[in-house]
Amino acid sequence: MKPRIAIFSLTGCEGCSLAILELEDQLLAVLDAVEIVNFREGMTERAWDIDIGFVDGAVSTPGDEAEIRHYRESCKVLVAIGACACLGGINTLKNHQLAAEYRGYVYGERAAWFPTTAARPIAAVVKVDYELPGCPMVKEEFLRFVKHLLAGRQFRLPDYAVCVECKKRGNPCLYDRGVVCLGPMTRAGCDAICPTYGSKCEACRGIVSPEALAAAALNLRDQYHVPQEEVLAGLRLYGAYQEEKLP
Amino acid sequence: MRNVTIDVKHVTRLEGHGNLAVRVRDGEITSLQLAIVESPRFFESFLRGRMYDEAPHITCRICGICSVGHTTASVKGIEAACGIEVSDQTILLRKLLFFGEQIQSHVLHLYFLAVPDFLGVGSVIPLAATHPDVVRRALRMKKLANDLCAAVGGRHIHPIAMHVGGFTHTPSDEELLGLKRRLEASRADLAETAALFKQLQVPALLRDTEYVALKVTGNGEYAFYDGEIVSTKDPSPTKPADYRNRIVESVVEHSAAKHCRSPQSPSYAVGALARFNNNHGQLHPAARNVAGEVGLKAPCRNPFHNNTAQLVETVHCIESSIALIDTMLQHGLKAEPCVRPQRFDRGVGLAEVPRGLLVHEYMLDDRGRIENANLIIPTGQNLANIEADMRAIVPAMLEAGSSKEEITLRLEMLIRAYDPCISCATHFLDIEWVD
Repeated sequence: MKPRIAIFSLTGCEGCSLAILELEDQLLAVLDAVEIVNFREGMTERAWDIDIGFVDGAVSTPGDEAEIRHYRESCKVLVAIGACACLGGINTLKNHQLAAEYRGYVYGERAAWFPTTAARPIAAVVKVDYELPGCPMVKEEFLRFVKHLLAGRQFRLPDYAVCVECKKRGNPCLYDRGVVCLGPMTRAGCDAICPTYGSKCEACRGIVSPEALAAAALNLRDQYHVPQEEVLAGLRLYGAYQEEKLP
Repeated sequence: MRNVTIDVKHVTRLEGHGNLAVRVRDGEITSLQLAIVESPRFFESFLRGRMYDEAPHITCRICGICSVGHTTASVKGIEAACGIEVSDQTILLRKLLFFGEQIQSHVLHLYFLAVPDFLGVGSVIPLAATHPDVVRRALRMKKLANDLCAAVGGRHIHPIAMHVGGFTHTPSDEELLGLKRRLEASRADLAETAALFKQLQVPALLRDTEYVALKVTGNGEYAFYDGEIVSTKDPSPTKPADYRNRIVESVVEHSAAKHCRSPQSPSYAVGALARFNNNHGQLHPAARNVAGEVGLKAPCRNPFHNNTAQLVETVHCIESSIALIDTMLQHGLKAEPCVRPQRFDRGVGLAEVPRGLLVHEYMLDDRGRIENANLIIPTGQNLANIEADMRAIVPAMLEAGSSKEEITLRLEMLIRAYDPCISCATHFLDIEWVD
């Protein structure tokens, strides 16, 4: 029996679902190995007897909460894909503003028509079995995950920082150009794609460990003299770190 | 059949969540809605207080399918607000990245979202068994478009290297040459695609519609990256900064996305067909040939032909990408620093993204922080027009004795023909701008 797969979207850009369709070279092989039974963006048929459910997007409305509980009940294995599902993602930027303020700014007097809550990762509401982080999700990592699952092997995310992959690729360090890059505290697995294309890491895959965060925070303060506010603003972009102070 | 009730929760093969609800009582439409039930997103709120140069990376997260389009309108809006003039090389690279996304988006829509309706299946998945060559061709074209985006921007979904003021990466000559060869080879796939679409039975619908698009005035290029706002009812050009003279927004309760009208019409259309109707004279000759082959003639007022216009534009974008790469190879690309802001003020950036005219407007404070932002999305502009088309389709099909199932499928096909992008459209702004 092929595993029955579903792909769902909560509040987000659906870019992670789209990333699956961008696996052009492997898509037909994947479709051969699994049966996709529920994927609103790509197909009309919808079934609810699901082995593995992939969810992109954050929980950001009362409706999302009901949906994610329904997905959890319908799926034997639930996988969060992308920064929104794993960290709350860019949606969490509103969590640092007063609800009346961000709702009123966009919807004015009609804010009540459109209910919303603080943006949260799906693990804040239901049990999540696996997380594939990133904004967007790294499609090669998705493929590695699917292979592991089909082979019955344990899947693990890298437990080291983006800097490791960045050095491996031979990139000059962005700090040498005066750029504040969040690679030292961010979980690897993206093959350091942003520094490779000349841009700073924005921590979209989340903090790799509290120790890495503490060490990087100390370096940023004492060696590079970066104001704490600036580091926090960077770490908040995709919800990697939401506290009011660095450790 | 005097009474009909149609309810489709979460119309499939659409980007985002939309519900279709139609009520006909005693032969009269009593209500008809394309309800936009996507979660509210609050992007304008996210932007407030962030630095000017973060806007493109934040706003591209509005939508995975059109993230290059949002990045483009965003850098243009911020650069207008900062008095930044980018280099010719930057504009060439932006256009190549932009064409990559147009091709990717159009191919995705034509093959994955629209074609299954015409072949009578629920998705592209069964086509892998019945029409494997069609699916392989679609994947090959889509991959080429993605690779084009990746070479310039690092990746298609949420591009990395494209920033306010320029690029932080330039593709190598080898990469460009490799892409050029594949683009040339894709002409065979385009010919097959045209042959496929020629066979498909496109439903008929003619309704007087205003088509709004950018146009490069004079004998300019087919407008994607540059241009001023024109329409089929008012061809006099409007400058980007004055977009409010052409787009009038209003709030309706059943849609988390605003509806739009123009000074001339209660609803209007944007997108590939709107661009074709306003700019067909500027198409690449190869694209014009394909238009002739599949029978698309301007002005075309059948919204189902938006698919056909997307096919014609795909040909244009492939040919234009080849020409852009030739120019780059001829002049040689070099690493350039991003241009720095001259001032912090207010600016508007427009672009013709896959689904139509996109507006990004920003107001910056004197430290370069974003004070206000307004984003007008193509799908939001099309919603009122989609409903107006449905109001024309339902009585005609009832008259012809069509079944409820036939009417439902036709309405879903209509919605898909507009290629709506609902994640994009679900936010609107209700603030007073102080000049």
